Amino acid sequence: MTLTQWMPFIVLMPLILSGVSALLPGKTAPWLLAFATATASTILAALVWLGLGPEPMRYAFGNWAPPMGIEYRVDHANALVALIVSGIASLALLWGKRSADQEIPERQGIFYALFLLALAGLLGITLTGDAFNVFVFLEISSLSTYALVAYGQDRRGLLAAFRYLIMGTIGATFILIGIGFLYMMTGTLNMADLAERIPAVADTNAVRAGFAFIIVGLGLKLALLPLHLWLPNAYAFAPNVITVFLAGTATKVALYVMLRFIYTIFGGDYSFGALPLADIMMVLAVAGMVVGSWVAMFEPNLKRMMAYSSVAQVGYLVLGVALVSIIGLTATFVHLFNHALMKAGLFMALGTVMYRTGSARIEAFYGVGRQMPWTMTAFALLGLSLIGVPATAGFVSKWYLIWGALDAGKVWLVVLILITSLMAVVYIWRVIEAAWFQAPRDQQSPVAEAPKALLIPLWLMVALNIYFGLDTRLSLGAAEQAAQVLLGGF
Amino acid sequence: MTVILSYFNYWVVVLLMMIGFYGVIAHGNMDKKLMSLGLFQTSVFIMFISAGKVIGGATPILRDGVALHSNPLPHVLILTAIVVGVATTAVGLALAVRIQEAYGTIEDDLIGDPSHEPEEP
Repeated sequence: MTLTQWMPFIVLMPLILSGVSALLPGKTAPWLLAFATATASTILAALVWLGLGPEPMRYAFGNWAPPMGIEYRVDHANALVALIVSGIASLALLWGKRSADQEIPERQGIFYALFLLALAGLLGITLTGDAFNVFVFLEISSLSTYALVAYGQDRRGLLAAFRYLIMGTIGATFILIGIGFLYMMTGTLNMADLAERIPAVADTNAVRAGFAFIIVGLGLKLALLPLHLWLPNAYAFAPNVITVFLAGTATKVALYVMLRFIYTIFGGDYSFGALPLADIMMVLAVAGMVVGSWVAMFEPNLKRMMAYSSVAQVGYLVLGVALVSIIGLTATFVHLFNHALMKAGLFMALGTVMYRTGSARIEAFYGVGRQMPWTMTAFALLGLSLIGVPATAGFVSKWYLIWGALDAGKVWLVVLILITSLMAVVYIWRVIEAAWFQAPRDQQSPVAEAPKALLIPLWLMVALNIYFGLDTRLSLGAAEQAAQVLLGGF
Repeated sequence: MTVILSYFNYWVVVLLMMIGFYGVIAHGNMDKKLMSLGLFQTSVFIMFISAGKVIGGATPILRDGVALHSNPLPHVLILTAIVVGVATTAVGLALAVRIQEAYGTIEDDLIGDPSHEPEEP
């Protein structure tokens, strides 16, 4: 078999094996299966990414030739996203065994089955070259995510999941309406085919309405500012493994699909010309950066704080898109990569403390710095990456964003990026201050350092964050390729 | 008048969609929210199906003497979307049952914002 024939297995492995996982008893077997599957997908995604030539890799399912059949179409942009998604999934699972054993005492087979389904859905959205297939995989990942968010023992997770379900379904239905309009106007669902046929009907209200529906629907999935309300609670009350996984993947995939629609299907000139999209995105991105960081500074629940920080980071990602330049888009892809690493790491650190203290409230972190020095040092280093201190991954993204803003002649944006970075300093410092400069609440029963099974993956994330801060060839090179592919069209 | 009649299906779609959307936002009861969500999704299904109709076209089955067929592809797409809709409703109802067990109510107003709930010991 050639690499092209192996490529669909990135999605098929988690999809098929999730059924097997649901049948496995006990705690070790399903975890092992899930971890092995995610790792195999990661390796395959890496091989595909390395093996890509200038032409996209295409695979027609069931030998039905596109545009009639469904095809997978992989270029440098979605191969990178698939690599990020599957990589973060394996890292989350590597870390999550102990945490999941504590939070999910029974029926772990189903839990890991849902995890694999969510992973398969996200990877499917990324790799497919068919607009309707995007909707189907979106719902596969969303439905399993709703169940996963509600899987913990915290009853607030149920409410968070229900509200996420309502908003997520509205978002997905908006995307369906948009795809419906496009299908009515062009008679095709294949992305490459759509890109060819849209220019002929571009100047109609149906296409413009379809475009608007798709952008709003994806904005909901992406948690772009006014549509972000589902995110903080869903992240805060989900089991920690799931928070780590979602924080690194879900919004990233939504952003990738949005870019695919904006650049490949509609074409950049149309997208930014038919609607004042760049201006709208700019305003929402800046609002997201400021509001997200502002709320994070005062949030007493630290998982919610990090979730609001994610809203701010989505703002940075969209800002790169709104600059409408190759530098801006490169910044978006670099940040996509780096933010997945740092936010997954930060949630791992919070989860490691929660493994011992059982609470994400800031009071529970008092004095933890002395009792769990390895965990909190890792948190501090990852926090530096989030702030964007040189020699960490976060610096590279901020550098590119600022460069993009200067290139577009928008000095006020640079000021705003710096201000929101300072706000990140404030909310990271709150945790550091609580952990090292406050006396523990309960002097009698000090908490012990976390087990190595949690610490080693956590420090792996720290190492990755520092590595990609020092050696940017890999992340930056991949991001530049991805940006060029998108700007170049099919 | 002809505008209204010739686009009758689409007016129904818009009407149902708005009723459903309003219901999702306005109702505090989670079951009613799910029903409205179902209505909202169904309106989109009707939109797809209507688009597949070719005027004068027969059912899309190959047989002698029929040259013009309606487009069957939207039907297939919507079959998938219906399955998705059923699954969404099922997950939503399952969550509502669990919420009823945990909180004793499924009225949104009585539960309030989960983030303000005091931490359980």
